[in-house]
Amino acid sequence: MRIPGLSLGFIPLPGAVPAALAQVNSVEWNEAARVVHESGRKLVALWGADNRDRDGTFAMFAAYAVDTGLAVIALPIAQSSATEIPCYPELSGMFPVANRMQRAVYDLLGIQASDASDQRPWLRHAAWPEGTFPLRRDFDGAQHCDNPPEAYPFVRVAGDGVHEIPVGPIHAGIIEPGHFRFSIVGEKVLRLEARLGYTHKGIDKRFENFTVADGGRLAGRVSGDSTVAYAWAYAQAAESLMAIAPPARATWLRALMLERERVANHLGDLGALGNDAAFAFGLSQFTRLKEDWLRWAGAALGHRFMMDCIVPGGVTRDLSSENAERLARLAYDVEKELQVLRHIYYEHAGLQDRFITTGRVTAQLALRLGLTGLAARASGQTRDLRVTHPAAPYDELNVKAACRRNGDAAARVAVRFDELFESLRLIRMILHKLPAGELCTDLPVPRPGAMGFGWVEGWRGEVLVALEAGAGGMIRRCHAHDPSWQNWPILEHAAMDNIVPDFPLINKSFNLSYSGHDS
Amino acid sequence: MIPLILKIIRTGIVSEPVPPPREEFRQANSLRPEQIHRDLLEILGRALAIRQVDAGSCNGCEIEIHALNNPYYNLEGLGIRFVASPRHADMLLVTGPVSRHMERALRIAYEATPDPKLVVAVGECGCNGGVFGESYASCGAVSNVIPVDVSVPGCPPPPLAILQGILTAVAANAELRSR
Repeated sequence: MRIPGLSLGFIPLPGAVPAALAQVNSVEWNEAARVVHESGRKLVALWGADNRDRDGTFAMFAAYAVDTGLAVIALPIAQSSATEIPCYPELSGMFPVANRMQRAVYDLLGIQASDASDQRPWLRHAAWPEGTFPLRRDFDGAQHCDNPPEAYPFVRVAGDGVHEIPVGPIHAGIIEPGHFRFSIVGEKVLRLEARLGYTHKGIDKRFENFTVADGGRLAGRVSGDSTVAYAWAYAQAAESLMAIAPPARATWLRALMLERERVANHLGDLGALGNDAAFAFGLSQFTRLKEDWLRWAGAALGHRFMMDCIVPGGVTRDLSSENAERLARLAYDVEKELQVLRHIYYEHAGLQDRFITTGRVTAQLALRLGLTGLAARASGQTRDLRVTHPAAPYDELNVKAACRRNGDAAARVAVRFDELFESLRLIRMILHKLPAGELCTDLPVPRPGAMGFGWVEGWRGEVLVALEAGAGGMIRRCHAHDPSWQNWPILEHAAMDNIVPDFPLINKSFNLSYSGHDS
Repeated sequence: MIPLILKIIRTGIVSEPVPPPREEFRQANSLRPEQIHRDLLEILGRALAIRQVDAGSCNGCEIEIHALNNPYYNLEGLGIRFVASPRHADMLLVTGPVSRHMERALRIAYEATPDPKLVVAVGECGCNGGVFGESYASCGAVSNVIPVDVSVPGCPPPPLAILQGILTAVAANAELRSR
């Protein structure tokens, strides 16, 4: 692993993900960011750790997606006195997506991005006061430290006839909580600013109560709709730090589950998108298909969302030949119905009128803001980890990444249809080639200080899990990164110049996770 | 238009019978649709209006609550519907764990719901905090923040269990009033 033009001491890590870790100083930290930025590559995640108990320093981590894999850069930050705020060079100038991650790192750990123009709190609302940092090792995670509600300084838009619509945190539908502040003139959105963090459950801190072997249960609940992607990414990270490999049958079953999760979510979204454009027929047809799809998993794998089916070392559930046959038949039936429904969606003038040009994100903007996942593929970015860095068994499946150019709600609908057909094809192939054998290998006791990474193309985008083992098989630090961090900021751009009533449609066309982001 | 109409005709009506009561939730009466309509009318004098509040869940429970609106469960056909404001609601359907950041919003929603009101906590986390437990960021169970009538366990509970939880709360309320 290397970043072209830089000589950093990357240490490659074992496992399914092509990842490498390098310790850097702050000059190299800046250089690495500049080179990655100039070559048009992406920042995947940014997180911190408190290592004062070990070597007296804090650490910042930046994970970049480069051509050869995942390049993770670690910057130790010394603290000369207990009251000094440790600082690192900020990255949001080059990677706008870093803005909220930097604010989150400060809220949780008290490590500050020096020179960052935006220092407003992000994950910290009423649960703890400024100056308290829950992810530090000397903070007891079980304590309560309430804070009176503080006003959040939203950016104000001034002008004749401009007014604000505050929405949330409790929204009008069956949706997760978050706050949206619209500045509008008439019906037109001039600016949208999101305030997230309401569902912060302290997951990073909570991980410290779990063993490496058992932490997948928590990882699988960072964002329930992506439980397979998280559980797999967590398993990859754990297997990497224990230097073990799961049996072949387990990796194939994991891919089967991941594609099933993609199909389930895309079916649900296509129905909801129809509904948000007042096309109730779409909702009822797609939710019917989704229910059939979930019931198969409930009967065959014991859980409708396949929660806890993937664990470090392998999988907990096997697929019987009868259930495999049933799934093949179901996939065939769903595909046949999808062809009819796609035709109806594409030919329905009223529906397309709502979709086309709504919530547009140009390819340039998508590239600049580092968009990920299906939303990126609807804006001309062909990145898909199953294609660019195929972990087994994807290296044998020849995945075709979907790509649309228009970047509007219609394009995000089209990408979902394309990916549905591709996932159904993959499911058929996996069922056909599924190798026999063991489901799980035994886990050794992890070496304290060992690190591992997991990186999976979930249905929404890239899920990253960074894991470090502590003493006695416990987790020392685990950071789970949701692709919604990348895509939430773009929603504010996509909504601009649209009318307020189109916002639910635009929001649904991205369908981002609040829980995964707030974690 | 013709493919659309054909699709509707070919799909037909897929709605399934309503589930039997679940002893462990609470004793509910017969759950034939006509009976549910009657019960709801008797108790509330109208359809049951539910305000769902996600107080910090992982969104798994939300997916299963959404599923109640699919044609198999056909919740609206039973006279039960989700409304946009707690002021229009007879029942709060709350998922958890209640994050400390959502604690205040949940209390406000509870206070805004007119009396008499029912509260159903959904999911393992809503019942007891689940894998998230109680911490600096999580209040744990919904009942730690507002009074709860019925709790539906499961991670997440399947749609039928959620429906049974809703019906159990309505039936329990009827029992209470007839006393």
